[in-house]
Amino acid sequence: MGEPEVITIAQEADVVVVRQRVRVRSGELRFGLVDQTKLVTAASELARNALIYGGGGEAKIEELTSGSKRGLRVTFTDRGPGIPNIAEAMRDGFTTGVGLGLGLGGAKRLVNEFEIESAVGRGTRIAITRWA
Amino acid sequence: MERIPILKMGRCLLVTIQVDMDDRLATTLQDDLTERIASTGARGVLIDISSVELVDSFIGRMLANVAAMARVLDATTVVVGMQPAVAITLVELGLELPGIRTALNVERGMRLLREALGEPTVSDG
Repeated sequence: MGEPEVITIAQEADVVVVRQRVRVRSGELRFGLVDQTKLVTAASELARNALIYGGGGEAKIEELTSGSKRGLRVTFTDRGPGIPNIAEAMRDGFTTGVGLGLGLGGAKRLVNEFEIESAVGRGTRIAITRWA
Repeated sequence: MERIPILKMGRCLLVTIQVDMDDRLATTLQDDLTERIASTGARGVLIDISSVELVDSFIGRMLANVAAMARVLDATTVVVGMQPAVAITLVELGLELPGIRTALNVERGMRLLREALGEPTVSDG
């Protein structure tokens, strides 16, 4: 099993690094191409959110096992302003910034598990998991 | 600054995206293409994304913007070569790229452009 790794998200190029590492790690777990692409795309959306709305943060990539299943979890943490209304932020079309408003809701549809915690003034933590 | 090359062929501009674009590079390509359409009077834009392994909402929006700006400048855009895994992911993400013409490969994309421009097409089966 690969070791967990943490990637700092401080500039646009780091979003690409997150994508590339999630691609490599999901390939190592023998995810199919569609599963890989879905997880990498969800990670790209959330890494960009952490950068733009959270003012930067980090992504932690971990391998998981459950019985014979193997999965990959990516956890995004930022110390930004937080999300006051998570239900509203998850809705398609909701955006406060430059995107299309598909980031959170779209990312959730691309993974098997999606957890979000946010405290106004303290930051946001989002964990996504996809099983091979 | 890193840039994606834009080739001119007849009345068309051709772009092949072969790198994992960060948001700045995607925005630069959008601006460069719009600029080149205006300066060359190109009537068609063909964007080959067959090497692109990920289209997220930002890159999707860039493609949609290029198509919209090209239309305003009297040019037609065709996006070609989208990988099946990318297409599946895009639709699940909720991004169906309305307003963008697509074709399976460069050959079909060029044919679509020639038809759109009213040029005689060469039959290639």
